[in-house]
Amino acid sequence: MSVALDPRALAAAGDGAGEPHAGRATLWSDAWRRLRRNRAALVAGAFLVVVGALAIAAPHLPFLADPTAQDLRLSATPPSRLHPLGTDDLGRDTLARVIYGGRISLLVGIVGTLVSLVVGVTWGAVAGYRGGRTDEVMMRVVDVMYSLPYIFLVILLLVFFSRSLVMLFVALGLVQWLTMARIVRGQVLSLKQQTFVEAARALGAGDRAIIFRHIVPNVLGPVIVYTTLTIPDVILQEAFLSFLGLGVQPPAASWGTLVADGARVLALFPWLVAFPGIALSLTLLAFNFLGDGLRDALDPQVRRERS
Amino acid sequence: MMAFIMRRVLLFVPTLLAIATLTFFMMRLAPGGPFLAEKDIPVAVKAELMKHYGLDRPLPVQYARFLVHAVRLDFGPSYKYPSRQVREIILEGFRVSAELGGWALLFAVLVGLPLGVVAAHRHNSAADHAAMVGALAGVSVPNFVLGPVLVLGLSLSLFVFPPALWQGPQSRVLPVLTLATAYVAYIARLTRAGMLEVLRQDYIRTARAKGLNERAVVWKHALKLGALPVLSFLGPAAARIIMGSIVVETIFQVPGLGRYLVNGAFSRDYTLVMGVVLFYAAFLMALNLVVDVAYTVLDPRVELA
Repeated sequence: MSVALDPRALAAAGDGAGEPHAGRATLWSDAWRRLRRNRAALVAGAFLVVVGALAIAAPHLPFLADPTAQDLRLSATPPSRLHPLGTDDLGRDTLARVIYGGRISLLVGIVGTLVSLVVGVTWGAVAGYRGGRTDEVMMRVVDVMYSLPYIFLVILLLVFFSRSLVMLFVALGLVQWLTMARIVRGQVLSLKQQTFVEAARALGAGDRAIIFRHIVPNVLGPVIVYTTLTIPDVILQEAFLSFLGLGVQPPAASWGTLVADGARVLALFPWLVAFPGIALSLTLLAFNFLGDGLRDALDPQVRRERS
Repeated sequence: MMAFIMRRVLLFVPTLLAIATLTFFMMRLAPGGPFLAEKDIPVAVKAELMKHYGLDRPLPVQYARFLVHAVRLDFGPSYKYPSRQVREIILEGFRVSAELGGWALLFAVLVGLPLGVVAAHRHNSAADHAAMVGALAGVSVPNFVLGPVLVLGLSLSLFVFPPALWQGPQSRVLPVLTLATAYVAYIARLTRAGMLEVLRQDYIRTARAKGLNERAVVWKHALKLGALPVLSFLGPAAARIIMGSIVVETIFQVPGLGRYLVNGAFSRDYTLVMGVVLFYAAFLMALNLVVDVAYTVLDPRVELA
């Protein structure tokens, strides 16, 4: 009869036998255990830590040139010992430009996501918890905004008004919060009808206690997963807008503007588009791998099957 | 069903009005204006131009005039290309954009769907893993990175395809490929997920048990349900592909609607921008409606609200 046993089930049983399972395995320790087994997600996470550390530490790295220092004698040189990734037409070090570009791209990605996180979670949670008319009105607003041709409004907003970083955060956050609101609302709606919430209420817990002690921790999983998948989306959108000349303005540069600048001199100096392009693509890939891994780890039901 | 469609169509009107109002005032309240790019036009000439286009009147009057004309789908002449009506430019640009987007979606379905089916059928095999890593990479490489890479590889080194412009069938290849890649990847992922779920169901086991050959089981019985997520993705995909086509049209100098929108916004071509935005908004809403209706036809469990 052991023939029919799934080897994965056997491995899991072996795991359980090794450590006493005193019923203290929380959702989080469980998820962490699953995540640790996902090598792709771990590599992606480690890669992102390295990228993040480089971006944060950039001004203090001794080997890194000044990204704005021009040297016209070294205009557009291919990769060499002095400039490992070459220089651009103004003789600026590509490695430094790519790392400093990553600072901006990651900053926009994270802040833009935070904007959407705050607005979306609040909106969705209130709508889902209140229910009834409030829910209906709030969700109708989301529906209508969904049908707007957002990207045009963002383009117009950035063309017509100041192309500042703040405007970029606002514009990108505004596009992204809708999906977050929908996810959170759906979760809250199904959670508040479950028996453990009913039990808490029967024990005399107030609205505040129920929301923060019981609902929020349970919504956190999907929110974390979606946040991880939103960051690359925002980075991508920023790069897209920057590529059109609407995002980050010179002398600051993000990966999007670097690719755009490089694409203009593609035939002559291909390394100028290749390196920022690789940095951007790998970072997006890593975020997507990590997001997939987190989803598998935090949501065992859809594990393996959905991705 | 009819009532549902009518209700949705009626909802188009206030939504379009809201978009028109928002765009109109956003554009007018922003600094800058048309005819600024042309350097050194005499003040008198500029005043004459403003008067000719009715831009010297109070804003509410301009707004009312715009609405009255817009109802008749008359957006007036473009400021940048004064000899042409905005309507003509939109129709012409849309033909190009629709061709680009249509080929890209078709290509994405034709490649992505089989890829996902094979990956699901050989679940956890090397082919499955390779396909899924490839798909994730395809989703992650932005089209404005992929575009230049393809140009560099296929047209500047191998001289197979022209690097830009929209003339002749060969010029279609690189833009379509650039636009389609992310969708190939996404559709492959969706198909695989849908198929994995379907392949475990009882009716598939029944089909196998009665001795149906594997090919018929997978490609006929399972695919019919397994492809449903892909179908519902096609609506948002068509909408998102518009955004992608703005980039692709810029990279490859394709004279589509996206390029007219961006250039029009930069040169404050009010009439052109208004026309394109309203056209796209109406197009998107119609598309969403079609997808919703198609979904109920294919899956009777879905109810129209």
